[in-house]
Amino acid sequence: MSALQIDISWSFSLEVTAIQAYRTMDNKQNRNSITSNLGHIARRCLFGILSMGPIPDHIAFIMDGNRRYSKKYNMDEGAGHKSGFIALTTMLRYCYELEVKYITVYAFSIDNFKRRPEEVNFLMELMREKIEGLIEEDSIINQYGVRVHFAGDLKLLDESVRLAAEKAMAASACNSKAVLSICIAYTSTNEIMNAVQQSCEENWDELRILDSCGAAYGLTDYSGNGDTKDRKSIVVTDIEKHMYMKVAPNPDIVVRTSGENRMSNFLLWQSAYSILYSPSVLWPEIGLRHLVWAVLNFQRNEFFVQKKKKQH
Amino acid sequence: MSIWQKFMLMIMAIIPRWIISMPFFQNLIKKQEQVHRKAFENMVLGQSLFQLNDTTTGDDKPLPKGLQRELMPGHIAVILDGSRRWAKKRGLIPIEGYQAGVTTLGAFLSLCRGWNIPIVSLFLFSSENWGRPKEEIDYLLELFEGSLKHYLLRYCNKFGARISVIGDTSAFPNSLQKAMKQIEEDTKDFTQLHLILAMGYSGQSDIVHACQNIAMKVKDGILQPEDITKSLFEEQLQTNVTNVQSPDLLIRTSGEIRISNYYLWQSAYTELYFSDALWPDFGEAEFAKALRSFQQRGRRYGKI
Repeated sequence: MSALQIDISWSFSLEVTAIQAYRTMDNKQNRNSITSNLGHIARRCLFGILSMGPIPDHIAFIMDGNRRYSKKYNMDEGAGHKSGFIALTTMLRYCYELEVKYITVYAFSIDNFKRRPEEVNFLMELMREKIEGLIEEDSIINQYGVRVHFAGDLKLLDESVRLAAEKAMAASACNSKAVLSICIAYTSTNEIMNAVQQSCEENWDELRILDSCGAAYGLTDYSGNGDTKDRKSIVVTDIEKHMYMKVAPNPDIVVRTSGENRMSNFLLWQSAYSILYSPSVLWPEIGLRHLVWAVLNFQRNEFFVQKKKKQH
Repeated sequence: MSIWQKFMLMIMAIIPRWIISMPFFQNLIKKQEQVHRKAFENMVLGQSLFQLNDTTTGDDKPLPKGLQRELMPGHIAVILDGSRRWAKKRGLIPIEGYQAGVTTLGAFLSLCRGWNIPIVSLFLFSSENWGRPKEEIDYLLELFEGSLKHYLLRYCNKFGARISVIGDTSAFPNSLQKAMKQIEEDTKDFTQLHLILAMGYSGQSDIVHACQNIAMKVKDGILQPEDITKSLFEEQLQTNVTNVQSPDLLIRTSGEIRISNYYLWQSAYTELYFSDALWPDFGEAEFAKALRSFQQRGRRYGKI
């Protein structure tokens, strides 16, 4: 690289660190500065206008593009993930100001365990640190009364991360204004299979108990609900009540950054009718305008859906 | 249409509704429907839909510029959306949109065969489509039946394509169900192309049925709950008619950006492509654009 190129990349990374610093400042220390207050008021006006139409109940985010971001600005890979976390807190803030009740984020997939061990360890450490940060007094969770829920096969995580997650869930259990579902060690296929396994085990146990007192032959129904239908097959409700994501309704919008257009095993069952939005921006660069655009798309779609419902 | 028929159409367009309900006019309307039906039968049986000339016998066609043969998808799924909007844009009735859709489908399938795409899944009729007006559904089902009995059968014989029908077909008329079984039987030995028609299909029902099958196996003691694996689950899905159950590329026309309860489990790692063109306008250029977009994507499956 020539000297000129080195200068440019250095100044780019300076600029980038300046943007990141501003974002963290906005979140923590400088909350009372004039610019951040003005920005807050402008945002509230904008959200007030948006709220004249339907606001989505549940938005899901696939946070893709952190590593490409760090490559783009010649940063360490870890710095890309950290910028991603800052972007996440900013987006959460915007969504809670817009009064979106349920938000789901795809933090770590079961497939991601197959990445390089250094990267996986770094991510686990980062997640543990940030989850512990959520429990603090001035975190965004407590500011907006958000209940945190960790969806996924938590047994696959390191002990420290799992404990931090359980602590965070317990600490925020009494919050009720909004729900944040963080998908860690999650894939949708794993979720469905786990739901089937648990439904089978539940039904199997029930059947064994009925069997042991002679009631499984249909002569007497001790289960008490008078349901004479075939109790041995499972139905949709059985599966849905064992899903990790049972705390939230189906997502209205699924946002995937970095321009990739695929679900990557995220909320396959739940997103059957969701609008998919794939801005080409990388996750750490996502901003208010993308959220506004996604909500406007949702409102336009809702208009047609309501119109169709009235026609039929 | 003859001049007399056009004249009758004009008269019926300007007469108010309460007169039309009189028996005399009802007879005229029935006659019109018979004319439509005759035209439809001619279309399905006739050669006008068959856009290929006899020189193309299913040999490889040259790929358009910019496409590489090694990167072609092995399984493409298509949601054929937008036929009614296409007809509405042109001031036609929805039924004519569907007819145009069938023409486009023929061209699309011959492109797939020419470019050696082994498996193609088509989302023809969803479980949600039952909410459409009755006449439209009846017409659509007749169109399917006619296509299955004549047009698609001819296509399969010519190109060596095998057809499988998936979905909940119990709500369809018996004649259509018989036609589906018949074409599956007639084409089961062909190997050049595998066509999967999703009719009355719902991704969520597919998963639920697979769950129920597995639960029955657990109940009968054949399987333990902890032995349920992904491949075992996939064997129970309706797409077990093929080895490559997951599509590489899912194309949805007409600009709607959702999956609408099509392949859910199967499309976990599928590249999605949303085209703004309505289905009857989805020609070779649009298809090549979709394939070009697919070939430029980096598929990492979360691992790299």
